[in-house]
Amino acid sequence: MSDIKIKITDRQGVVHEVDAPTDMNMNLMEVVRSYELAPEGTIGICGGMAMCASCQCYVTSDHQLAEMSDDEDAMLAEAFNVETNSRLGCQIHMTEDLDGLEVALAPEV
Amino acid sequence: MIETDILIIGAGPTGLFAVFEAGLLKLKCHLIDALPQPGGQCSEIYPKKPIYDIPGFPEVLAGDLVANLMEQIKSFQPGFTLGERAETIEKLADGTFIVTTSKGTKHHAPVVAIAGGLGSFEPRKPLLENITKFEDNGIAYIIKDPEVYRDKRVVIAGGGDSALDWSIFLTDVAKEVTLVHRRNEFRGALDSVEKVQYLKNKGKINLITPAEIVGLVGGEHLKSVQVKRTNEDEVTTLDVDHFIPLFGLSPKLGPIADWGLEIEKNAIKVDNTLDYQTNIPGVYAIGDVNTYPGKLKLILCGFHEATLMCQSAFKRIFPDKKYVMKYTTVGGVEGFDGSKKEAPKAVVKAIN
Repeated sequence: MSDIKIKITDRQGVVHEVDAPTDMNMNLMEVVRSYELAPEGTIGICGGMAMCASCQCYVTSDHQLAEMSDDEDAMLAEAFNVETNSRLGCQIHMTEDLDGLEVALAPEV
Repeated sequence: MIETDILIIGAGPTGLFAVFEAGLLKLKCHLIDALPQPGGQCSEIYPKKPIYDIPGFPEVLAGDLVANLMEQIKSFQPGFTLGERAETIEKLADGTFIVTTSKGTKHHAPVVAIAGGLGSFEPRKPLLENITKFEDNGIAYIIKDPEVYRDKRVVIAGGGDSALDWSIFLTDVAKEVTLVHRRNEFRGALDSVEKVQYLKNKGKINLITPAEIVGLVGGEHLKSVQVKRTNEDEVTTLDVDHFIPLFGLSPKLGPIADWGLEIEKNAIKVDNTLDYQTNIPGVYAIGDVNTYPGKLKLILCGFHEATLMCQSAFKRIFPDKKYVMKYTTVGGVEGFDGSKKEAPKAVVKAIN
């Protein structure tokens, strides 16, 4: 397994190209936290249970992502600033086929 | 004025366990929490989810962990101020503190332990222009007194349990109940979803889905809301007396951030080499709310921090008293209610 490259636009609009490991059972929210691209306490508040939407992001590349779980779908139905390409970062698991993924973090609410 | 030895802000697992450790030292505790029930995130966000890293519990549901902690601390008779947020802290000349809540309840203690987790849970407010202007003038995020809505026209927004349950409840009180949600699907107990379906069929709940409230209209008081159905451009106006957005709660550090404590990464800096004391002597921070090099936001770490904090609090309150830590297996647990738990004594008896 190898690292993949991911482009993350933070809440200030700054683009970060980061390496994400695919063998550490990490999700996108955790990748953002590990690189400290959003302040602690403003992302991943529920710890990754799809229950707070603080890790909402917009997927801007055309990668085929795993389908949404009912939990994620329901959470996004109650979140703010939701777009058609909104996903919860905590539900996007780092796998090799996500190499080159591009996302932008949704505003903090 | 509520008097106690250790005033604990936050009734999550860390705050609750602190009551036990304080109790062993004969220190009384009182807890303040903005939520109406103890347990913090464990009760509010994920009561039905399992936790696998509580030592000695291969698996425990968050809600059960809270129930167990409440049982464990029962004999130490902790006091609770629930549904109120700790707002201000004042240090008196004798070094003790007065903490006042959002409802004006005053608490006096020589030691304050902030076990505030991610902060106090505040309602998530929809992003609508003028929304703050109508707060308490037609808009409320929490239903305190349902009688306010008697014979009024009420619109509720949201898709979770509270939106469903309050819609159901208010059909017996309000003149008109409208429920607006961005999806046709609701995330709630099956019972509640079916009840709303039934009330909708009977014409008691006006259900507008998939749709969203996109605007607020009114002078001093809210007069109407603008509703936009998803996939339609047209915006319709709905005359209402009250709008109740129920989009759940999210934690905010809140007023604690203004207490003069050293804050880093949305957390309170503490001395982790000793006792988790903050930059204000007598004020400690334990559990997820604190930070120090190598900090891990784990319940089990909060338990450890609570234990060391209590030892330090004891020395602060009784600087001249001699004390050595005693194992519960040896010393037993003497409650403030007169109860005593102890290991059964071995019997010395000859066998002939």
